[in-house]
Amino acid sequence: MSLPLHTFATLQGFGPHARLLKALSLREALKSSFPPPSVAVDLRDPGLGDVDPAALAGAGYGAVVGMPGHGAASAAAGLPLVHSLRRDDVVAPGDVVRVEPKGSRISVLYRRGANSNSLFVTERCNSLCLMCSQPPRPDDDGWRLDELIDLVGLIDPDLSMLGVTGGEPTLLGRGLTRLLEATRAKLPSTRLHILSNGRLFHDAQLVERMAAAVGRATWAIPLYADIARVHDHVVQAPEAFEETLEGIHNLAEHGHAIEVRFVAHALTVPRLQGLAEFIWRNLPFVEHVALMGLEPMGFTRRNRDVLWIDPAEAGKAVANAAEYLARRGMTVSIYNTPLCLLPKVAWPLARRSISDWKQDYAPECEPCSMRDGCSGFFSSADLSWRGKDIRPIRDHEVMTV
Amino acid sequence: MVHEGRTNTPVRLLATKLRTRKAFLREGPSLHIVVPTLRCDHSCLYCQVSRRRVDEPGFEMSPKDALAAVDRILESDANHLTVEFQGGEPLLAFGTIRLMTEEIARRAATGRVTFSMTSTLHHLTPQIATFLAEHRFQISASLDGLSDIHDLNRPVPGGMSFQKTVQGVDLARQILGSGSVAAITTITRRALAYPEETVDTLVGMGFRSLFLRPISPFGFANRTARRTGYPVQDFLVFYRRALARILELNQGGMEIEEAYAAILLRHILTPFHSGYVDLRSPAGAGLSVLVYDYDGSVYASDEGRMLGAVGDRTFRMGSVQEPLPTLMTSSAIRELARGGIAEEQPGCRDCAFLPYCGADPVHHHAVQGDVAADRLSSDFCQRHTGLFGMLFTMLATSDEWTRDVLLGWATGQGHGVKHVAAR
Ligand code: SF4
Ligand code: SF4
Repeated sequence: MSLPLHTFATLQGFGPHARLLKALSLREALKSSFPPPSVAVDLRDPGLGDVDPAALAGAGYGAVVGMPGHGAASAAAGLPLVHSLRRDDVVAPGDVVRVEPKGSRISVLYRRGANSNSLFVTERCNSLCLMCSQPPRPDDDGWRLDELIDLVGLIDPDLSMLGVTGGEPTLLGRGLTRLLEATRAKLPSTRLHILSNGRLFHDAQLVERMAAAVGRATWAIPLYADIARVHDHVVQAPEAFEETLEGIHNLAEHGHAIEVRFVAHALTVPRLQGLAEFIWRNLPFVEHVALMGLEPMGFTRRNRDVLWIDPAEAGKAVANAAEYLARRGMTVSIYNTPLCLLPKVAWPLARRSISDWKQDYAPECEPCSMRDGCSGFFSSADLSWRGKDIRPIRDHEVMTV
Repeated sequence: MVHEGRTNTPVRLLATKLRTRKAFLREGPSLHIVVPTLRCDHSCLYCQVSRRRVDEPGFEMSPKDALAAVDRILESDANHLTVEFQGGEPLLAFGTIRLMTEEIARRAATGRVTFSMTSTLHHLTPQIATFLAEHRFQISASLDGLSDIHDLNRPVPGGMSFQKTVQGVDLARQILGSGSVAAITTITRRALAYPEETVDTLVGMGFRSLFLRPISPFGFANRTARRTGYPVQDFLVFYRRALARILELNQGGMEIEEAYAAILLRHILTPFHSGYVDLRSPAGAGLSVLVYDYDGSVYASDEGRMLGAVGDRTFRMGSVQEPLPTLMTSSAIRELARGGIAEEQPGCRDCAFLPYCGADPVHHHAVQGDVAADRLSSDFCQRHTGLFGMLFTMLATSDEWTRDVLLGWATGQGHGVKHVAAR
């Protein structure tokens, strides 16, 4: 079962403002190079024996994650304390958390060892995709940028891959430049995977400001059809198709790596084969094509009537397109699609793509032989979204060609 | 152009297609052919180069010219270079091959240069093979298919020329690995009646990529054209049957390709160019290929060198002692530029196969007297029209399985998963 990203806790000694803290075991804190004021030493391990909060305060550490028993000594040492987490396992050493005194809320912004971690850059967007799982909000959320730049400094530098997502990250303009430069300085060996609709990159000058991403980032840009009419309708923005194509070209000409993304639903599946041919003939330089199943969240739920397609039918179309591209030497992945909906030849292209914290299996999956290699479902996908064709795959099917 | 929306976008898409297809233009000469000697112990009926007897002096490349050739090769700004030794019989001048190879290996970045050699392999020894293996040579063995035809085509003193090449192939495979040894097969008039047997013989010898090429009417070959030549149509009939046999063997589970079909199919079925220098527009000659002759001359193509050997020095770019920029501005290059753009040649201009074909100005100069000669009446055009027609017909009418094999040739991916599953 997935681990949530938020919990509540009792906070002691925190000021009025939210703070970012890197939780570290005492052992790791002692030898880490993270700035001590941003480190919360995790004293929840009962085997640790008595640690004097005053010593930690003296060493400059920023807080303690501990037990109620640490309360008096922490208060005496003037060291903020987090204790009595509603779910203790939500925060573990290595994680970066936001502690919000208002509401006593703890949010995990970086989770060590998770299969994916992302920087959530903004809730604003210049498109309004019919199947947006995280509908944009127009409010000015510029405050996020400073927090993210602090966050980047607290992420483990050996992290191999970090997502950048929104909303539409390019709306930050120079702010995104700053963020990319921060990642280059603090996380030089981490690859970035940036979700963007690419539209603003029709302006080559904006591309020039993203130089810090060259050679270390992949821009993951959606293309929903081989023709403007369908793509523009799906993203609810006129001229989006052309802007995106221009953007992809501008990025590629400046040496950026590109992934093309596709989401399968009733409006996009009919032209999927055409899109595959379009990509092969026009965009053979993209490094990866990701064909994805729907995430039944946000607008997707609201627009179910126009988006719904039998998942088995979508699976078949996605498998055909994936094979078409893979057979031509392009790197293709199928995301968010259960293996039992795909022909076996497409299994090697399917990935366990759903982030841990929102991934689930169905009751049918219990006896399935392919469970460990299967994406399963978004936790949000109830029965009505799963279709009628989910069925466990048996051992003998795995063996036969 | 008819389009919806902004004009810039479709123009940009077309530009990308063109740029992808013509990516070879963005770099200087990448194929460097070296002729270290003209001597050869074979007296092939169709020999295309004024070959010289083994004991004739004065047909060797001097060490000074060999080292100058290395300078020219490394002056090219192509990311990746291929240096190909041919002859005469290049192994009769192994000293020159070693000199140049070691010099290039010393001066070029690791992995920048691929070495290759076209040879009869009669003179291959374990020591030479070990040297070639150290430098990862790709070997093309001249093998004309059936042994008796090969022996008639390629007589050597003492006979048994097929047998000796086969021994050389075995030795090369042992030391260089089978993946490094390919066969190049010239189809002579005698072979025309035996397409299936030719394929079977080569496959039986372990070759998985065959290269079946017609006899070329260049240089010395056209003097003997009456003895060895044949109409394009006869070659096409041979080729069609050979392809059918190759596909049949694929059906049986073997992965065998015909290299020339693979080149044409890559142009047809993918957005990329194959890299093949004779099917480029602008032409490969001079722009992508340089040939260093034994006497220190630099030619724009191998055919240009053969013409040079019979007194037509149109495509001689200059001397190997001159720097590359001087060679690249020679009158030979200007002549090539005039006939080297297929998009503006008479015939090609309006041809449906233009995007997949090439300009080959040297050939048209050789057979029709002008780099910009009308293409429709040339053997080059007739052969390619025939080949394109054949392949397009196959793509249009054959079953899904066959189309997938052809796609595998085009993309270099061999048999696909589906393919194995369907069998
Ligand atoms: S039964 Fe469940 S685990 Fe098995 S393939 Fe289907 S969705 Fe995946
Ligand atoms: S087939 Fe003939 S006319 Fe067509 S492009 Fe080739 S040479 Fe030119």
